[in-house]
This record gives sequence, structure tokens and C-alpha cells, in this order.
Amino acid sequence: MTRVALKGLLGRKVRAVLTALAIVLGVAMVSGSFVLTDTISKAFTSIFSSAYDHTDAVVSGKKLVDYSSSGNATVSPALLQEIRRQPDVAAAAGAIADLNGDSTRAKLIDKHGKGIDHGGAPTFGFGVDTSQPRFNPLKLESGHWAAGPDEVVIDPDTAKNEHFAIGDSIGVAADGPVRHYRIVGIAKYGDVESLGGATFAVFTIPAAQQLLHIKGYTAISVAATSGVSQSSLVSRLRTIVPGTAQVRSADEQAAQDKKSVGSFVSFIRGFLLGFGGIALFVGAFVIFNTLSITVAQRTRELATLRTLGASRRQVLRSVLLESAALGVLASTVGLFVGFGLARGLSSLFSGLGLGLPEAAPVYATRTFVVAMLLGTIVTIVAGIAPAVRATRVAPIYAAKGGIMQKVRSRKATIAGVALLALGALCLGYAVTGDRLGSGSSLLALAVGALALISGAAGVASRLVTALAVVLGWPSRRFGGSAGALASENAVRNPSRTASTAAALMIGLALVSFVAVLGKGVHDSMNSAIRSQVVSPWVVTSQNGWSGFPVAAGVAAAHAPGVTEASSIRADRGIIGKVQVNVDGVDPKTIGGLYHFDWKDGSSESTLQELNGDGALIKQSFAKKNHIVLGDRFILLSPSGDPVSLRAVGFYQPPRIAELLGGVVIGQDTFDATFPRAQNGYTLLAGSPTKAGLANALAAFPDTKAQTQSQFVKSQTSFMSSLLNLLYVLLALSVVISLVGMINTLVLTVYERTREIGMLRVVGMSRRQVRRMVRHESVVTALIGAGIGLPLGVLLGAAVTHALSRFGVSFAVSVPSLITFSVVAVGAGILAAIAPARRASKLNVLSALQYE
Amino acid sequence: MSAIALPLDDAPLGFTQERPLVAASGLVRRFGEGSNAVDALRGVTLDIEAGRMTAIMGPSGSGKSTLMHLLAGLDAPTEGSIVLDGVEITGLSEKRLTELRRDTIGFIFQFFNLLPMLTAEENVTLPLSIAGRKIDAGWLDALLDEVGLDDRRDHRPSELSGGQQQRVAVARALVTKPKVIFADEPTGNLDSTSSKDVLSLMRRAVDEWGQTIVMVTHDAGAAALADRILFIADGRIVRDLEESTAAEVLAAMQEVSSR
Repeated sequence: MTRVALKGLLGRKVRAVLTALAIVLGVAMVSGSFVLTDTISKAFTSIFSSAYDHTDAVVSGKKLVDYSSSGNATVSPALLQEIRRQPDVAAAAGAIADLNGDSTRAKLIDKHGKGIDHGGAPTFGFGVDTSQPRFNPLKLESGHWAAGPDEVVIDPDTAKNEHFAIGDSIGVAADGPVRHYRIVGIAKYGDVESLGGATFAVFTIPAAQQLLHIKGYTAISVAATSGVSQSSLVSRLRTIVPGTAQVRSADEQAAQDKKSVGSFVSFIRGFLLGFGGIALFVGAFVIFNTLSITVAQRTRELATLRTLGASRRQVLRSVLLESAALGVLASTVGLFVGFGLARGLSSLFSGLGLGLPEAAPVYATRTFVVAMLLGTIVTIVAGIAPAVRATRVAPIYAAKGGIMQKVRSRKATIAGVALLALGALCLGYAVTGDRLGSGSSLLALAVGALALISGAAGVASRLVTALAVVLGWPSRRFGGSAGALASENAVRNPSRTASTAAALMIGLALVSFVAVLGKGVHDSMNSAIRSQVVSPWVVTSQNGWSGFPVAAGVAAAHAPGVTEASSIRADRGIIGKVQVNVDGVDPKTIGGLYHFDWKDGSSESTLQELNGDGALIKQSFAKKNHIVLGDRFILLSPSGDPVSLRAVGFYQPPRIAELLGGVVIGQDTFDATFPRAQNGYTLLAGSPTKAGLANALAAFPDTKAQTQSQFVKSQTSFMSSLLNLLYVLLALSVVISLVGMINTLVLTVYERTREIGMLRVVGMSRRQVRRMVRHESVVTALIGAGIGLPLGVLLGAAVTHALSRFGVSFAVSVPSLITFSVVAVGAGILAAIAPARRASKLNVLSALQYE
Repeated sequence: MSAIALPLDDAPLGFTQERPLVAASGLVRRFGEGSNAVDALRGVTLDIEAGRMTAIMGPSGSGKSTLMHLLAGLDAPTEGSIVLDGVEITGLSEKRLTELRRDTIGFIFQFFNLLPMLTAEENVTLPLSIAGRKIDAGWLDALLDEVGLDDRRDHRPSELSGGQQQRVAVARALVTKPKVIFADEPTGNLDSTSSKDVLSLMRRAVDEWGQTIVMVTHDAGAAALADRILFIADGRIVRDLEESTAAEVLAAMQEVSSR
């Protein structure tokens, strides 16, 4: 019996391959996600571990605030001298390098004067003491280290991609106008092949301090004398460092660095695996459908086995064994396809401006085990129902011939309705009340979506007939007799058509859900930004969200035609234990360029109180933290400097895309408190020209001036990138459903061999046969779209409703839905190519004799 | 080939056996319900003796196939009883029916029903491997030699002619040495030469090995090779002839059909 099952699989190679393909892609996605994220993780690990290769302890400024642009507190040269005097210390060196933060950003400028920026990947500026090479994680590839104030060493990627060679001059923009340096060397970071779009520039320590406006060092690396353990060195150092600094052993520091990256990598992993899961889910549908059809077509064979003495259990086992073999085969292929896919995913991310660091690919045992198990189990589970149906084939079919047709099962419909109800309940739970975002609501949302989709698949067979009447109209109208037959054929076996369409439905439902959600967020951000920015021009950094030099704002203000300018400083601070976005505004000019939504009696005149210790507080932040008018509180800057502030008024920015943060203070106070004050935005009024502004900003290549509508557009452009990424990832499941459609059509054509022969005999041309198959495919695809798109819109409506308190509104993008329908029709036509060809090439005579 | 290999040799052949191998009484098979109900069999009682070839003939829709399905346990009668080798098979559990098919019954079908992915030899031994029994190589060689397919062992069904395929199917039915083989129109899909080969093969199995065969056919030539011919019309047995010539069978058939 085992032999029968395995030989059966071999005997239907094409079918087996087509069926397996459905799982191959899902498994590939899973294995690719693992390989990619393991590789990223390794790249980061090697970045961090090479940073501390010959280091025993690291003394650095404490990190008080996350995501600050001015960075952590620094450590002083005096401390370095004192550390060097300690008995257990063999060597110590100060360095300027902040791998996790934004404070040592130094943007390299390409030969056309543009900042080299790969979608927001870090642009590191390092200051390295090359007299202490043991602490230097960088490895020189050619040239020598920077020795003078005008020398720089750059990374190999930038040298190669931007055609820089040793001896060339390169511009670097940091906390001021562009400065030019001579390239004296090229170095790579440890053993990392690519930093994933990140660039670095290595200076002497004084040059780095000057360029980046950093006093002292970001960290001091310490090596112990031999025989002294890391921990005893650490405890010794702890006795001499000031309160704003911390001492960690090198291992601790590396672990700490990795932790922040770890959560980033596991987010990407979860994200990608989610799409792998969707692909497997769709694949399961395809497997289920194909095996169901195959079992029906093997009625006589299975019945013969029964007459020869096979028990039901043996039949069950043989069909399950077949799907298990298929699963193992598909998973193995998928595993390796995934290795290639990992590269593809990596380029996909960098194509969308999300460069990820690269290293030699990591093939972990876990990847093999999980991918193999997942693919095999999903295939077996999908094969259970068909296998059970195979056991129900009565032996008498061996003599009677014919196919045991699956009757539309009442059970499936009942289960479908039950699932729909469950889905609605879960969705209702997830989106009502204030739960959204909590763990339970996300779970309910996922379960609800899954239940809705499965439920829709369950009841789809009841809808097929009606949908085919509506969606088959063009076929009947324009497809001639072939089209009319096709429309009829689509409803001959509603269950089969339904589950074929269901696979496509899942992909389309998710795509349209994403489209609705994306448009909702996009539109809301759009109107939110428009409601805040009332100035005709806005200056930002190139990427639109990181800070840019204060001097650039001043330069823009002096551009011809600018009548009024107001810069907004931006950074983060901490009040008590709460981290908060802090902005510094110019009270005299901000009022005319930024629209405040005043609350609790505050008004435009409140701005006059923004001098000294006056602070405007975001109303919702004030409520949450119990700050009332006149309250005094202490704000700590990222370097730990305190400033005492007094609440003088309240305003409320939109709930999405707020340009100003929780605390708004006067610019003078801001500049006195934050060590490396940078502008977030500079708002301009008047009628400057684009060229005039560009000219004024020429020394600041990392900035750009945009009109208000350009600004709005670029601020929301990440949404389109994100949508495109989601579309690409969801396309995988559409491709899988395409495989399912091909499968069904091939099997259907095979089943109708005699009938097609008959149609040919009565005068149907090959062309008409092809058209008939194609139209049936299109009608099936449209049924998938007919259920999937409304379902997706419904899901989108539910989620946007729940997000309405974050200012997200429900918006349907009709062009997107039309596009998706066209994609569905295209999928139908594509799926029909091979089966239609096959049908049209049938030899009429042998088709008629076919038994 | 020695006949000693067959268990049937323990008992004297045919009529001398004390009880019939298959005994059916009062068989009614009704299809459909209420006003749509159709009685395919309307009370059939018959005995089939061991070691003989019995043909069941009748016009289309006479109920001959239904009768065979009931006797072979492929279908259950609406009324009546069937005793096969001393066992009442109506109402048997699925498990007991499976055992019955393994041990007692062999089948030959009109469309051969070979598994396309298995070789001729694998098809023949399939019932043994399903039952998990070991293959007696001597018996298998003798069988393949007898059906004339010794040199075609490794061919797949698609590489064999219709007659060869049906001979593989006959060998498959014989391989477990069943008490009775039910053949459903075994020559219905064959040309006349192949039909003769297959029929003579079946005949030899009866004559030389004492095999019992029940064959449904509408081919008078095939029926003429049987030891006994039952004519069925309208769901009832209407004639019961002992060994006859093809001409006699045809005449009887004419008479039966015109009633």
C-alpha cells in the first residue's frame, strides 16, 4: 500500500509538482524570513562584538532618553586621564562612536552635492584614537588613518558606489555647513560585508569633536592588565566615574547593544513570518482543493483497492502518506528556494529604502526544522479532509465506474456560517471600546480575520451560483457560445469553484484591507499636516524627519523673497519617568506659520509667555500626567541637564502626524538646555523661489525646501512605500492561488476530456475551446474578487473605525479596487493559458474513446 | 501446475459438495424512495456450486449487474439473505467485509481496473501486499506463466494491450486463491481474439484448479463457455440452463428478451 501511494505520486508528476508548488512558496517565505533575519542578526552581532574585541570595560555617558537627536551624555578627557592612572588598567582610549543613536551623524556628500542617504540608514561619523589600535573595530583596507584635521577615512561601499578614491576630496555635513575633507583611507567595519546602506566617515578625535560638536568622548574603552577580570575592573572603575556616566563590562555592553537591535530584528522576523503564514494558509487551500479533486477523479482506483481487500484505514493512510510525501518534498524545495528568497527580500527592503546590513548567510538548524515541519504539517492537515473522503468511496464504484461527486456539504455551510459569526464577534470585540493595540485585541483581530476568511470560504459554494450569474455576464455576452458554456461550467461543481476562488479571495481580501487601511492613514495624515502647517514653504532634512543644522534655518530665512521664517527645534526629553518630544519655537514668529489648536483658555497671546521657563503642554499629555496651568516641573535633556519649566498654556495637535510634541518651549531655553540643538522644521512665508532657496541652502546638502503640498506629500510618502512592500509580500499569496487555479483547470480539463472531444466533433474550434477554458478561469477569479474585495473593505472599515481615535478615517480607494479586479482577471487569464492549450490540443478521436 | 495447491481440492467438485458456495434467497433491491422507487431485483433465490463457472445473462437493465454486486457484497439487498461460504454477508461490518474481500472473493472488471502506476507483476501481487501477506514466488511464477505474461512482468498497464491487461486482472483475482471470483462483463471491453484468450484462461482456472467463477455477461459466446447459465429479466431469474452452445444461449436470450 505504501508503494501504491508513493508510486501514485510519481505517476502523476506534473500534478504533484503543481500541487507541491502551492506549499513550496509558503515554506520558502518562512525559510527566507529566517535566513534573512538570522543574517541581519549576525551582521549586527559582528558589528557589536568587533567593537569590543580587545576591550574589557566600556565607560560611557548614560542613556536617559530614547531616540534623542542630541545623543547621550558624554565622558570627559579628564576622566580618561584618571582611568589611565588606575592600577588595573593596561590601556584606555576615548572614542566618538554612537552605534545606536543619532548623535554622531555625519552625512557624506556625493559628487553631485547630494547627501548620501540610503533611506534613513545611519550615517556614522567616528572619531578614533588610532594610536590605540586594539580598541579600533575598523580595519583599514587601503591608505592610512586620518592624521590631520582635514583627513577622513570612508567605508568601502561608499567608495565603490559613489566612485571615490584615496586622494579625492569629499564633503561631510553634520551639525553645520558642509566641510570638505581629503580621503586618505578606506576601512571596513570588523568582518561585516555591508552595513546595509549605512555609511561611515572616520576622523581624528579632535576633528570629529569639532565636526559633531561633541565635548569629550561618547565612550572610553578600557583594557585590564593581565590577570584582572572584567568584573573587578568594572567595580574599580565604578568608584571613579561621575553620575552621568556608566561602566559596563565589554560583554554587558555588547549584549546591551544587541538587545536594541534584537527587538528590531525580531519585529522584521515576525512581520515576514506573518506573510509566510498567510502564504501557507493559501497554500493549504490549494492543496485541499487539488487533493479533493484528485480523490474524486481516483474514485475507481480507490474503489478497486477496496475490492482487493484494502480497509478504510489503509486507504486513509495511503492518501495521507501521499500528502505527507508531497509535504516533505515541497518543504525541502521550499527550504532551499527560501535561501534564494532571502536575498530577494533583502533587495526588496533596500529597494524600498530600508537597507539592512549583510553578512554571509546564516543557515540555522532552526530554519531547517521549522520550515520542514511547518510545510509538512500544513500539507498533511490540508490533506485530512480529502483523505477522509477517500475512505468513503464505496467498493461498488470499482464496478460502476463514474466519479463519486462531492455533494455540496451542509456541514461546510454550517461551519462557514459559524465561522463568519465567530469572526464578526472577534472583530467586534477587537474594534470596540478602547482595546485596540492591546494584545488581546490584536489576537482577536487576527482570529477574527482568519475566521471571517475561512467562513467566507465555507459559504462560498452557496454564493458561487449567484455570483457566476452576475460576474459571468460579460463572458456570456461577449464570449459567444464558448463564453456561455464557460459560465455554466463554473457552476457545475460549486464546491470546487468555491474553494479555487477562495484561495484567490484570501489574497485579494488582505490586499484590499491593506489598501483601505493605508488610504485611511494616508488621508488622515494629509489633512492633519495641512491643518498644522499654514506656511507656504517648509525646510526639512532630506529624509524629512531627522534634524538639520540650526544654521540652515537661518540661511533659509535670508533667502530672497522670504518675509517670515520660524524654525522649530526638536529633540526628546524626560519628565519624571515619562519621555516626551520637546520642541523649541520662536514665540514671535511661530504663530503666523503654525496653526495651534488652543485648549483650556489658551490663545495666540499665550505664546508671549513662552520665554524663559514658560512651556506649552499638549492637552492630552497634560491630562495623562496631571499637569495643570501654572504647574512647575523639571525636564531633563538627553545629556541629563535639568531645566525647570512652568505650564503656561495648552494646545492639542492632531492625533496623527503631529509636528509639535508634548512640551513646547521657547527657543532660547531650548538652546540652553539641549546640547546639540537641531531644527526639525523651518517654516517660511513670503514668495521665495525654489532656486533661491536651494541656493541659500547650498551649504547644507542634507536639507530641502518644499512647498506646503510637497511637504505634505513627502511626509506621507513612507505610507506608499509601506503599502508597496505589503502588496509585494501579499502578491506571493496571489501567486499561490494562481497555482491553485491552474491545478483546478488542468484537472477539470482532464475530467472533461470526452466532453471536449464531443464539442469538437459538433464543430467547436480549438480557439473556442481555449476561450471556453479561459472564460471559466476568469469567472472563477472574479468570484474570488467578488467575495474577497468586499471582505477586505469590511475588515478595513472595522479597523479604521477602531483607529478613529487616532484620527484615522475610513476611505475606500476605488482605483485600487479596480486595479485589484483587473489583477484578478489577469490572474484568471494567466492561469488558463496552459490548461486551455492542453484542452485545445486534445485529439478528438482519442478524446471520444477516452474512458 | 499441480492442483494440490488449491484448498478447494479438499472437497469433491461441484454437485457433490454438501452445501452451495453461494446461497441467496428472496433478494430484493430497491433503488430510490416512494413513487420514484425502482425494484432492480424482485425476489431472486439461487445457489451457486463450487468449482463451476456460472454465467448470469440478461438484457440491459435486467438486474444482472445488481445481482452480482449483491452476491459479492459490494451492495446490500433491501430484502433477502446471502450466505457466502457459510457466512451470512448481509449486515456484515465494514471490517468483516474487508476480510471477506481479502480471503474469499476475487474480482474481474470490465475496464480491468489496474493501477496505472504499478507494473503487471505489482498489480498481480497487490491483493497480497494489501493483506500484508508474503508472496509465494513459485505460485506467482506459475500464475504469470499460465496467463502468458511472464515476459511482461515489468510492463505498466499503458504498455499492454486490452487483452493482456485483462489477463493481468485475472491473475490478480487468482493470486489469493479466493473461494469465488466475480467477473463483471470481463470481455465487454475486448476484441474477439482477446475475449477468447481471457475466457479460456478463466475456463482453465475452473477446470484445472477447481476455481469457482460467477460471470455477468451479455456475450452469448462467453456464456457458452460456462457450466451453467442463469437468465435474468426484469429482476427475476427466468431460465437456468446447464452447459449450452452459443446458439442455444442466443435462442434463450432472444426468448428472454422478448417476454
